[in-house]
Amino acid sequence: MNALRRNVLKSAAGAGAVAVAVAAGLLKPTQAMAAWNKSAFEAKSVADAMNGLGVTSPADSKDITIKAPDIAENGAVVPVEVSTSIAGTTRIAIIAEKNGTPLVGNFNLPSGTEGFISTRIKMGQTSLVRAVVTAGGKTYTTAKEVKVTIGGCGG
Amino acid sequence: MHMNRREFLQLLAVAAASGMALDSKSALAGNAPASFYDVPRHGNVSFLHFTDCHAQLLPVWFREPNVNLGVGGALGKVPHLVGQNLLKHYGIKPGGAEAHAFTYLDFTEAARVYGKVGGFAHLKTLVDKMRAQRPGALLLDGGDTWQGSATSLWTNAQDMVDACIQLGVNVMTPHWESTFGAERVMEIVNKDFKKANIDFVAQNIVTNDFGDQVFQPYTMKEMGGVKVAVIGQAFPYTPIANPRHMVPDWSFGIRDDNMQKWVDDARANGAKVVIVLSHNGMDVDLKMASRVTGIDAIFGGHTHDGVPQPVPVKNAKGTTLVTNAGSNGKFLGVMDFDVRGGKVQSYKYRLLPVFSNLLPADPAMDAYIKKVRAPYEAKLSEKLAVTDDFLYRRGNFNGTWDQLLVDALMEVKGADAAFSPGFRWGTTLLPGDDITMERLMDQTAITYPQTTLTEMTGDRIKEIMEDVGDNLFHIDPYYQQGGDMVRVGGIEYTIAPNAPTGKRITNMTIKGKPVGPNKVYKVAGWAPVVEDVQGEPVWDVVASYLRDKKVIKGLKLNAPKIVGVGKTNPGVADYLGGAS
Repeated sequence: MNALRRNVLKSAAGAGAVAVAVAAGLLKPTQAMAAWNKSAFEAKSVADAMNGLGVTSPADSKDITIKAPDIAENGAVVPVEVSTSIAGTTRIAIIAEKNGTPLVGNFNLPSGTEGFISTRIKMGQTSLVRAVVTAGGKTYTTAKEVKVTIGGCGG
Repeated sequence: MHMNRREFLQLLAVAAASGMALDSKSALAGNAPASFYDVPRHGNVSFLHFTDCHAQLLPVWFREPNVNLGVGGALGKVPHLVGQNLLKHYGIKPGGAEAHAFTYLDFTEAARVYGKVGGFAHLKTLVDKMRAQRPGALLLDGGDTWQGSATSLWTNAQDMVDACIQLGVNVMTPHWESTFGAERVMEIVNKDFKKANIDFVAQNIVTNDFGDQVFQPYTMKEMGGVKVAVIGQAFPYTPIANPRHMVPDWSFGIRDDNMQKWVDDARANGAKVVIVLSHNGMDVDLKMASRVTGIDAIFGGHTHDGVPQPVPVKNAKGTTLVTNAGSNGKFLGVMDFDVRGGKVQSYKYRLLPVFSNLLPADPAMDAYIKKVRAPYEAKLSEKLAVTDDFLYRRGNFNGTWDQLLVDALMEVKGADAAFSPGFRWGTTLLPGDDITMERLMDQTAITYPQTTLTEMTGDRIKEIMEDVGDNLFHIDPYYQQGGDMVRVGGIEYTIAPNAPTGKRITNMTIKGKPVGPNKVYKVAGWAPVVEDVQGEPVWDVVASYLRDKKVIKGLKLNAPKIVGVGKTNPGVADYLGGAS
C-alpha cells in the first residue's frame, strides 16, 4: 500500500533523508528546534525544568491531548503525540516526570502552525508524561501516565 | 428431585464405589438433561465463538479458579466471581453439569462423573450441530489457538492451523500466535488461511515505522441478507508480555480511537451488526465497551473467564454486550441476534460447555488428530511420574502445577527462590493421574523455554513482584496485562491488591527469613523475553525432576496472604493463604 512512500524514503536515506528534506525546504532546523536551553534541559527536577522554560504553575487544560501508549512497548522509543486546540499556540514542551532529566523536548511553533507535534521519547521508568503548552503568553498543561514494565509473565 | 451438595457428593461416592463407569453417558444423563445441547435458533444472525483453546486437540480436565480478584470498579463484578458466588449470580444449580463447568467446586469428584471437556473432534460435532440450525453462522476464533501443547510446538503450529481449517473457522485474531514469529504468522495467513478463506483480523497491529495496518482491521460478511462486520482486536500487550524480538516490526496497543474509526467505517459501509473479536481480556473489553460506540457485541478471551451470560455495557450511544468464552476448548459461545429494521432487536446467548462424553467425536476430525499425533505418540505418552496431589494452574496466585515447576527449578538449579510466569493456560490432573510428557508440555510448551539462574538482590526480587502485581491489579484495566501473579518458589509474602503501584508486597521472606534488600539470592526462572538467552528448556529440567521423584505428593503451596480485599470478597473462596 505504501510501497511508493517506502521507496522514496529509501532512496532519500541514501543521500540522508533529513538533509534532503532540509534542502527541499520541508524542514528548517531553526524553526523546528528551539535554541538550546541548557538550564531547562539539564534540570534534574520537574520544577527546575519548568523554571528553565520560564513556566510557573500552568493551568490544567482539557484542550490538550496526549496520545501515548498506556504501557510502553519499548521504554527506549515511546511514541508521543501532543495536539492542542488552544488558539495561538507557540510552544509545546514534553516532560517525562521521572526521567533523570525530565525535559525531553521543547518545540517552538511559528504563528499559524497547527498545534501538533509527534515524536519518540526515552523513558527509564513508569511516569507521568506532561505536555506544557504556551499560547498568548499563558501556559497550560495536561499529563498522561505511561507505564514502563519489566515485561514477561503475561498470558 | 432436589438434591443438596452433600447428597450429591454422597451419590458420587456411591457411584464410584459401585464401580459404575463414571464417564459413561448414563451417569451424566442423570445430572445433565438430555436436551443439554438443544439450542433452538433465535433471530436471523448467529455467531459461534471459541477462544484460548491453547492447542488442546484432545479432551482435557480444566479447573476454573478459586481466586480471581477484581480491583476498583471491578470488585465483586463479573468476571470476578468464583465458586458459589458465580453460581448464585447466574442462578446456576449447584451440583449439576453447568456448575462443574463454570466453577472449581468439588472439582475432582465432579470431574470423575462428568468426564473430560473439549477436544476438537467433540467441538466439531457441536459446531456442526449449531450450524445445522443456523445456516451461514460464522465461527470466530479468538486466538491463543496455536500455542499450548507439545504437538503445536513441534509442528510449528501446523497441527492447529489444519485443525481450525477443518473445524470451519471463518475469522481469527491473535495473541500467542505471534510467538511463532512474524514470518511464520504471515506464512500461515497468506498461504493456509488465504486458501481456506479464513480472515485474520487485527485493527490494533500496525507497523512500527509508518503505523500502517499489518492485517485487515475487519471483515465484512453477509448473513441472510444482513451485512455484518467482524473487527479484530489482538492482545494489546503482546510485545511486552511476550518477546518483542519475535515481532520486531509490529506495534500493538489498545488503540480505541482507531477502533471507533473502524466501527464507524463498517457502519458507513452498510454493516447492521458490528462485532469485535477481542483478545483484550475481559476487564479491558468492559472499559472499551464504555468508550467506543456502535459495537453490538465484543466476543472476548485472554483472561480465560467462563462467563455464562454477556455483560451489557452502556455507552454514549447505546449498549454493547461483552462476553468471555473460557479456555482450553471447554466452551463454545453461541450468540443469536434478531436483526430487523436495520438493527439488532434482541439476542440470545449460551456459553455451552463441551462435555466430550455427551458429544460423539466427529470421525473425520478424530482421524485427523490421530494422524497428526502419530509421529509423536511415544514421546507424548512417556510416563514421568504419578501425582497423588491434585494439579491445577489457574488462579491469581500459585496453583499446585506451578508449585511443582518452581520446586523442580529450585532443586535442580540449586536456587534460593524461583519465578514462573503467571500463565492462565495449562491443563489439570486428578489425584492418581500419570504425569506424562504431554501433560508437562501443557504447562510449558512455548517458543522461549530457556531456564535461567540469576543473582538478584532482595530489592530486585520485590521490584519484579511489584511490577507483575501492578500488571494484574492496576486500578485502570487499560494498564493491566491479563496474566495472573508471577508464581513464586520459596518466597512467602503478603499482598494488598488494592494498594498503590509499588506498595502491594510486604512481609517477604525467603527460606523463612526476612528478605534483605541488599542481600543477593540465587533465583531460578524460565521464559525470558529478551533475545539470545541460553539455558536448558524448562520441560527437560522438570522432566528429570519428575523421573527422579516418581510420585508427587504433599506439595506445599507458596500462597501469599491477601489483605485489604475484605473477608467477604466474592472473588476469593477456599483460599489456603488467607484473605481479609
